[in-house]
Amino acid sequence: MNEELKVSKIKNGTVIDHITAGMAPIVLRILGITKGCSDTVIVAMNVKSHQIGLKDMVKVENRALAQETVKKIALVAPHATVNIIKDYKVAQKFKVELPSELIGIVRCPNRNCITNSSERVPSYFTVESKDPLALRCHYCEVLVDGASVDILL
Amino acid sequence: MVQRPTLDWHGRDVISIRDFSRAQIEDLLSHAQQIRPDSELLRGRVMASLFFEPSTRTQLSFATAMQRLGGEVIGFAGAEGSSLAKGESLQDTAKVVEKYADIIVMRHPLEGSARLVADTVSIPVINAGDGANQHPTQTLTDLFTIQRFHKRLDNLKIGLVGDLKYGRTVHSLALALSRFRQIALRLISPENLRMPPAILRELDGVVPYVETAELDLRDLDVVYVTRIQKERFPDIEEYEKVKGAYVIDLQACEQLQRDTILLHPLPRVDEITPDVDALPQAKYFEQTRNGVPVRMALLRLLLGA
Repeated sequence: MNEELKVSKIKNGTVIDHITAGMAPIVLRILGITKGCSDTVIVAMNVKSHQIGLKDMVKVENRALAQETVKKIALVAPHATVNIIKDYKVAQKFKVELPSELIGIVRCPNRNCITNSSERVPSYFTVESKDPLALRCHYCEVLVDGASVDILL
Repeated sequence: MVQRPTLDWHGRDVISIRDFSRAQIEDLLSHAQQIRPDSELLRGRVMASLFFEPSTRTQLSFATAMQRLGGEVIGFAGAEGSSLAKGESLQDTAKVVEKYADIIVMRHPLEGSARLVADTVSIPVINAGDGANQHPTQTLTDLFTIQRFHKRLDNLKIGLVGDLKYGRTVHSLALALSRFRQIALRLISPENLRMPPAILRELDGVVPYVETAELDLRDLDVVYVTRIQKERFPDIEEYEKVKGAYVIDLQACEQLQRDTILLHPLPRVDEITPDVDALPQAKYFEQTRNGVPVRMALLRLLLGA
């Protein structure tokens, strides 16, 4: 019996595959997909993957991802791949990659950090470790681990 | 004769002890050891002293350091006196001050404020305390004091006592000591004021440490005491109980070796009893005095004089 997942193809848009199992709802939030979205969105969760055991997948019609969005997805799903679909075919495929610096992407958990004050300055984190994820605030030097990352949506 | 810099200090900022390598710490301490008052060295240079919250020691010692080298000091203490009170951003204040001064020394209640100012202006910035985060010149003063008495910064057994959770001086000192060899730390604190896991993670595999709640001061080269702050405890009874367990009095000092040095970043309240001041091991007032040569050396190096 073929156990492969069968889900509808999209004509134009983006497929985000190999999302860490259970993280699809957060990816949807990062993509800004909420009530009232009129485009086709297909979500699969906890499906078998040869590469990462279990995975989630999100297909969104008529959507291209901004670079900032890809960085945010890399924070919650470091093994995700992005497929850009044009006329039912994969026009481009790439792995998400976490950059060494994240500006305006993550909220600093330190309430007394200058980035959480009235001062106009975006948050700024340097990536100290990708696996396990560890980010350090450029300003207040607080260390943030993967479980505590608060992505600015 | 004025000692020439061996590393490139001119124009750099001093924001965090994390920015310092062992070589830089040693270079700075060597300059601090050599520096003497010289009314010509920084003549015509202006230090802006921006203290958005008050500080007696740090502010005065920076002003003293600048004046002993012939420089001038402008600035304010307390945000009320600044344009910040009128709603000006910190970044705008910094851009204005940059036009008047050659170097900025600042203390601010928000963590990361000094880094932000350093990123905003092109003149050197020294962080004199940003909230609970960093106060690098205190740490450099601590290291200078330890080196003066023990003639080394390697191969030391150091006890950190008191509030290790919120005390920024002990965090910075522990990180700075991780640059040196054969350091052993004894972390002495009540259970609820232990060294934060994020700091311990940076020490793991670099500096061996033991954590204990017992005031065991035996077999240590340095005992570094910090104040346990009442406001950290939800229950006043719990505070009184803990506070009493970490008071360094004459009896506790019987555990000290003859060459142990007893340090405290000051101000102390009652964690070291005044009768301890007369003991030969008590070095905390000399420690505070050492802040001046360390800051003199730093000002001179950053200003390229």
